Amino acid sequence: MSFLDIEDLAVHFGGVKAVDGVSFSVERGEVFSIIGPNGAGKSTIFNLISRLYRPTRGRIRFDGQDITELPAHRIAPLGIARTFQNIELFDHSTVLDNLLMGRHVHRTTNVFQDILFLPRVRREEREHRQRVEQVIEFLELEAYRKKTIAGLPYGIRKIVEVGRALALAPKLILLDEPASGLSVEESREVAFWIEDMRRDMGLTVLMVEHDMNLVAAVSDRVLALANGRPLAEGAPSEVQADPAVRAAYLGRREVAV
Amino acid sequence: MRVVFKTSYDSDIDLHEHRGKRVVTGMLIAFMAALPFFVGDYYLAEATNTLIWALAGMGLMLLVGHSGQVSLGHAAFLAIGAYTDAVLMGAGVPFLIAFPLAGIITGLFGAFVAIPAVRLSGIYLAIATLALFVIIEECIILLAPITGGVGGIFAPAIEIFGVSFDRYAALSNFYWLVLGVVILVTWGYANAMRSATGRSFLAVRDSEVSARMLGINVTRTRSLAFGLSTGMTGLAGALMGHYIGFFNYELFSIFVSINLLLVVTIGGLGFIQGAFVGSILITVVPQLIAILRDTANASLGIDLSAIPGLDTMIFSVILIGFIIYEPSGLWGRWLKIRAWFELFPLARRDMFRRQKTYLKTERMR
Repeated sequence: MSFLDIEDLAVHFGGVKAVDGVSFSVERGEVFSIIGPNGAGKSTIFNLISRLYRPTRGRIRFDGQDITELPAHRIAPLGIARTFQNIELFDHSTVLDNLLMGRHVHRTTNVFQDILFLPRVRREEREHRQRVEQVIEFLELEAYRKKTIAGLPYGIRKIVEVGRALALAPKLILLDEPASGLSVEESREVAFWIEDMRRDMGLTVLMVEHDMNLVAAVSDRVLALANGRPLAEGAPSEVQADPAVRAAYLGRREVAV
Repeated sequence: MRVVFKTSYDSDIDLHEHRGKRVVTGMLIAFMAALPFFVGDYYLAEATNTLIWALAGMGLMLLVGHSGQVSLGHAAFLAIGAYTDAVLMGAGVPFLIAFPLAGIITGLFGAFVAIPAVRLSGIYLAIATLALFVIIEECIILLAPITGGVGGIFAPAIEIFGVSFDRYAALSNFYWLVLGVVILVTWGYANAMRSATGRSFLAVRDSEVSARMLGINVTRTRSLAFGLSTGMTGLAGALMGHYIGFFNYELFSIFVSINLLLVVTIGGLGFIQGAFVGSILITVVPQLIAILRDTANASLGIDLSAIPGLDTMIFSVILIGFIIYEPSGLWGRWLKIRAWFELFPLARRDMFRRQKTYLKTERMR
């Protein structure tokens, strides 16, 4: 059995079939990308995996466990972290606090210990901080540690969100358009991180992305979607060459790329 | 400008950023503790009242400022605290047990009613808490055998190990008692805010969906915030009962709820200090209005007491002014003034230009 198994997944909103019978599996340590035109159902799949939506049918299995019926807040403790297409950070907190919030699943103290701030709480705070500092170093966020999110530029916020997901120390990270709105240099940077995440942190990466250069550079396998249905799956070059994919992106007639 | 050179993670974990701030806090506490020695009974009683309001304000601050939920029913929780304490003490339970119990019972009740209520947000939650307030008020009247109904109830005199802490017989002692409670609660509140508990509140306030993705149980966190908030308010209610001495349900009117909301908004949403600044304002301004009224009457011959609702109008104007010009409240304004002096002459005008005026949860959804 694979690391992440999606089996005949479907979600219908009334008559709209946002995702309709998608199956794929992601192996441990793999970078798997989902591509497709707008409205293909890419982000919807993410929302299904992170249990924000309830699937109409199908099963989601992660690391041998069926997570189809779990409540949303039980997903993170299993080791799944994600980012959002439209950044969802805690705007009134600092970068440091945002990253510390990512450590929530590793918390072992309860509210009463917190109120009394027992030595154990301080010990745990130091530990969280140390882990967060590693993430800050990895993403080179040192200069922004104490800055409030609301005042930061878009590119930095995007990175902070990745940092928050990494602070969770996940096994699987879902990146929803990590390079959207970034400059060419910045998205090249993203490619390096994804490589490092896979190689040094042993993460499995599931990514939704429009930037084909990035997808081709980092992905082991690619799944192309259109109108909630799978079009093609395979190595990046295979998928890019697939006639059905070309038709979905560029229209019916063959056009040389 | 003061640059703090940090050499360990502990300097970020500690309550005070540097030694200067620790000294200021120490001096403030010393000053407050010494207050009974150099002010008269009238002002000491006013200071006690302010502290009690600050305690209740902290309760609401945790809810509105830090977990992003609105409550128009906090007067009801003040009432529950006051009645629990008075009834228990009337039954012979000593203050040292009755007082914490008043907080715990109010907190548990708050957390319990929160379980359905926290699924609502914004104006719907405000209406739900308002409804709760009306229900509690009715219950107090209906439970006349316990609560004294419309007639009212005595808050028995406080005595701890033979020492009187009665509000009238030993005002200084009562003041110190209140001060001690306020310091302890503030310390606990600040501790909660610098640990995982506080961060989960802020997470739920700013982005519910992100909070869930980080493994935070939103319903439980919001109920917890409700419980802690109402617990603090319950403690304040118990002290308020002792401060007034003899009270009935009318002490905890809807205007008390609204005044509490004024305390947190004018003080500065999201700052513990805001609860104190706001409560000073809310207790001092009526006194100033009274003085103004007297001087106007004496020197100009204008009878301002003939104008009904003058207090309310002045408060409304202050509130509207703050919402438009300084949503971060008095404490936020103070932080800006302090930053201006610290950076002098490098402060720029648009340094504090607001990126986003309101907390997400303040917008009506």
